Amino acid sequence: MSDDDGIRLSDDQKRRQRGRSIAIGLALAGLVVLFYVVTLVKMGPGVLDKGMY
Amino acid sequence: MSLAEIQDTPLDETGFGGGQGEVGDYIALLKPRVMSLVIFTAFVGMLIAPGGIHPVLGAVAILCIAIGAGASGALNMWYDADIDAVMSRTKGRPVPAGKVTAQEALVFGLTLSAFSVLVLGLTVNWLAAGLLAFTIFFYAVIYTMWLKRATPQNIVIGGAAGAFPPMIGWAAVTGDISVESVVLFLIIFMWTPPHFWALSLFKRGDYESARIPMLPVVAGEDATRRQILAYSVLLAPVGVAPALLGFASPVYGAIAAVLGVAFVWYAVKVFREREGDAARKAAVQLFKFSLLYLFLVFALLLGDSLFAALFSGGFA
Repeated sequence: MSDDDGIRLSDDQKRRQRGRSIAIGLALAGLVVLFYVVTLVKMGPGVLDKGMY
Repeated sequence: MSLAEIQDTPLDETGFGGGQGEVGDYIALLKPRVMSLVIFTAFVGMLIAPGGIHPVLGAVAILCIAIGAGASGALNMWYDADIDAVMSRTKGRPVPAGKVTAQEALVFGLTLSAFSVLVLGLTVNWLAAGLLAFTIFFYAVIYTMWLKRATPQNIVIGGAAGAFPPMIGWAAVTGDISVESVVLFLIIFMWTPPHFWALSLFKRGDYESARIPMLPVVAGEDATRRQILAYSVLLAPVGVAPALLGFASPVYGAIAAVLGVAFVWYAVKVFREREGDAARKAAVQLFKFSLLYLFLVFALLLGDSLFAALFSGGFA
């Protein structure tokens, strides 16, 4: 099978795909931050006082 | 392209594959303008609710409500692509314009629906999440798939979907449904029919070509004018109800009463002007005023609550 087989994206399609990928990446990163901050809020400052057993 | 031609075209011959959409097209699927109203009314519901919510959790709740509302917009655009394509107001939407496929809109809508409900439930409370899930279901299934094409009362019942956000905001804070939150629901519920029927009076041709049974198309313009007036007369006292029930000040009540009278006055104008440009102008005026009315009523409720909080040293 040569490299010419399969779907080849135009430059414009690549640009849009990159845009969508960045948006999905940012959304996922946003979710990570959101869950991190919500966890801190829910557990309160006590989260730092827990002993490490 | 007519509605019949579009509906007769097999999916694989519509001439576009997936993977073409820009980020902006996906944002358009979320109906940002509708979303802004949802965010605003949910925020007001949250702020005037008794008790408090941690600002971070409040922000997460608003985000989830906004994304959930956007998701139902995407599901609406997935299902309604055929009729959106023949209406001037909607033919530029991403799916009929060929930028995003119907399937992509469906997956996008379902994914965001699931995420918004789950995150709201896990971080805030499950009553608010349940109400959000019901709102999405109501808008996408009951309104879009069923009522919209079946009955001229489509927007009366379907309007409930747009009326839920302040109730969800309230439930996010209190974990409860109360008379006050039902009143907030009723304000938007009673406001929706005159708002959309005014639009359908001057966009009647659109709905006719899309074969949507809007009231002016099915029952005639005179019947629509009567019903606009009836709902406006019902809306005016509902708008004052927060003051009568004691969760807004008499100042709010007085201004809401004036706004309600103005709403009825515009509806009377629509009722009386039935021919030509004057009739169209009256419908456009009512439509524009209805937007201002809803914004002002909720802005006043918000201002009222902030004012009370400022002078009582804390939120009620």
